[in-house]
Amino acid sequence: MRQRYVIPPIDSSEITSESIYLKRRDFMRAAGLMAMPAMGGLSLAAEAAAVTTGASPLDYRKTSSVADGFRTDEQPTPAADITAYGNFYEFGTDKGDPGRYAHEMTADPWSIEVVGAVHKPGKLHLEDILSSFDLQERVYRLRCVEAWSMVVPWVGFSLADLLARFEPNSEAKYVEFETLYRPKEMRGTRSVTGTIDWPYREGLRMDEAMHPLTLMAVGLYGKTLPNQNGAPIRLVVPWKYGFKSIKSIVRIHLSEKRPVTTWESLAPGEYGFYANVNPEVDHPRWSQATERRLPSTLFRPNRIPTKMFNGYAEQVAHLYQGMDLARNY
Amino acid sequence: MERVARIGAFVLCLLPFAWVLYAAVSNSLGPDPAEAVMLFTGEWSLRMLALTLLVSPLRDLTGWSLLMKLRRMLGLYAFFYGGVHFLAFLQFYIGWVPSALTEELAERPYIALGFSALILMFPLAITSTRAMQRRLRSNWQRLHRLVYPAAVLACLHLLWQARSDVGEALFYVAIFIGLLVWRVRRRILKQKRSMIARL
Repeated sequence: MRQRYVIPPIDSSEITSESIYLKRRDFMRAAGLMAMPAMGGLSLAAEAAAVTTGASPLDYRKTSSVADGFRTDEQPTPAADITAYGNFYEFGTDKGDPGRYAHEMTADPWSIEVVGAVHKPGKLHLEDILSSFDLQERVYRLRCVEAWSMVVPWVGFSLADLLARFEPNSEAKYVEFETLYRPKEMRGTRSVTGTIDWPYREGLRMDEAMHPLTLMAVGLYGKTLPNQNGAPIRLVVPWKYGFKSIKSIVRIHLSEKRPVTTWESLAPGEYGFYANVNPEVDHPRWSQATERRLPSTLFRPNRIPTKMFNGYAEQVAHLYQGMDLARNY
Repeated sequence: MERVARIGAFVLCLLPFAWVLYAAVSNSLGPDPAEAVMLFTGEWSLRMLALTLLVSPLRDLTGWSLLMKLRRMLGLYAFFYGGVHFLAFLQFYIGWVPSALTEELAERPYIALGFSALILMFPLAITSTRAMQRRLRSNWQRLHRLVYPAAVLACLHLLWQARSDVGEALFYVAIFIGLLVWRVRRRILKQKRSMIARL
């Protein structure tokens, strides 16, 4: 039954226009190579490689289903923007810091430890992950709690498939995730004025974790994940604010108790456990009614209304039936 | 000499604005120019405010009276960058809808704080001319003490936005505290001296 694996052409051009994808200035900015002399001599292919340092093409299946939320027809955000702009506080709080400093992290070798309420606790090495799961492309909207958003073509597999391997037992009510914490390679964690208690932690309710939309991403634009986007493996929960989609995961812990997540412990009045995208419940410091869909420009700020559950209400609203979403934010 | 210093300072202080304007128009601020412009102009307004307050300590230390002649310009630049910051906010976040602005001001304390700082700086800007200075006499100096609450509000505006790292906000808070402490100290020394003179 290996026919699920097709060897696809890397059809990034299907998604982003070739010209944007190959805009060399953006690539240089993305890779933080501004200061690098003699860039003039590099071929376009070399530049494409530079954007995702060490990135290699993945074998994956295309998705066509818009109805189940696996893909959106909205214009994807160019690769250069996705890799140059984002939050990954382990490398600094500026949006450009991950793109500048994440290359300092060693993403290979890598393994994920799965423990807690499972029949078969154990470790999964990156090679096994890449070779034994059915990789799929998912084009998801990503809505940051800071009111900006992107459309991202991920490559990955459902978290449910990964959890099934470890056979969760009846006590498994919640799933907790942990990001790598390696201060030597993560300069943001060395900040003396920072208030985050590392490692970064996130969590999901079991039914959220088992939902088919909940993705373990290993790739972006058809290639392995760049470090700044959470290499080598990260969570993507498209109906929740971006901070739920924890990056560079090293540990998964299933338990009966609801885990306390990083942002929840830092500012419980601002970031809840659920963090579902909800235009009607504002962040105490800013409105969540609209978002800036990136890339935006001075003359075209590209402000669009934010949708309930980030537009995935049809797929996920039933998970929260009867819950007061203003209280369970 | 004074002319050269004035023109030089004017051009230098305008450079950040020229750069950000060019970068915004040519779309080279990255995928989210809104955030980039807001951070940049806000920070330059704070810097100009700090430079304005740095003038008199620096003059006392160096005895260089030419510095005092630049103070008005620095203060006006603080107001200018604050104004550009506000205009960028209207363009990127408010979309020039008045009701959206009043809602933001009512519901987001950090925005109200920043806005208040700008409002406090407004009368200072319009009374900065020599004619107004003469007309207001001793009240002029009293009025212009509003710069201190404006600086405090601006710092709170920044501090209130920190999400997990307060480093940058604390940096500016420390600078303003230093400048205020110096002034309080100067005042106390002056009072002491006049007391001694009276004895």
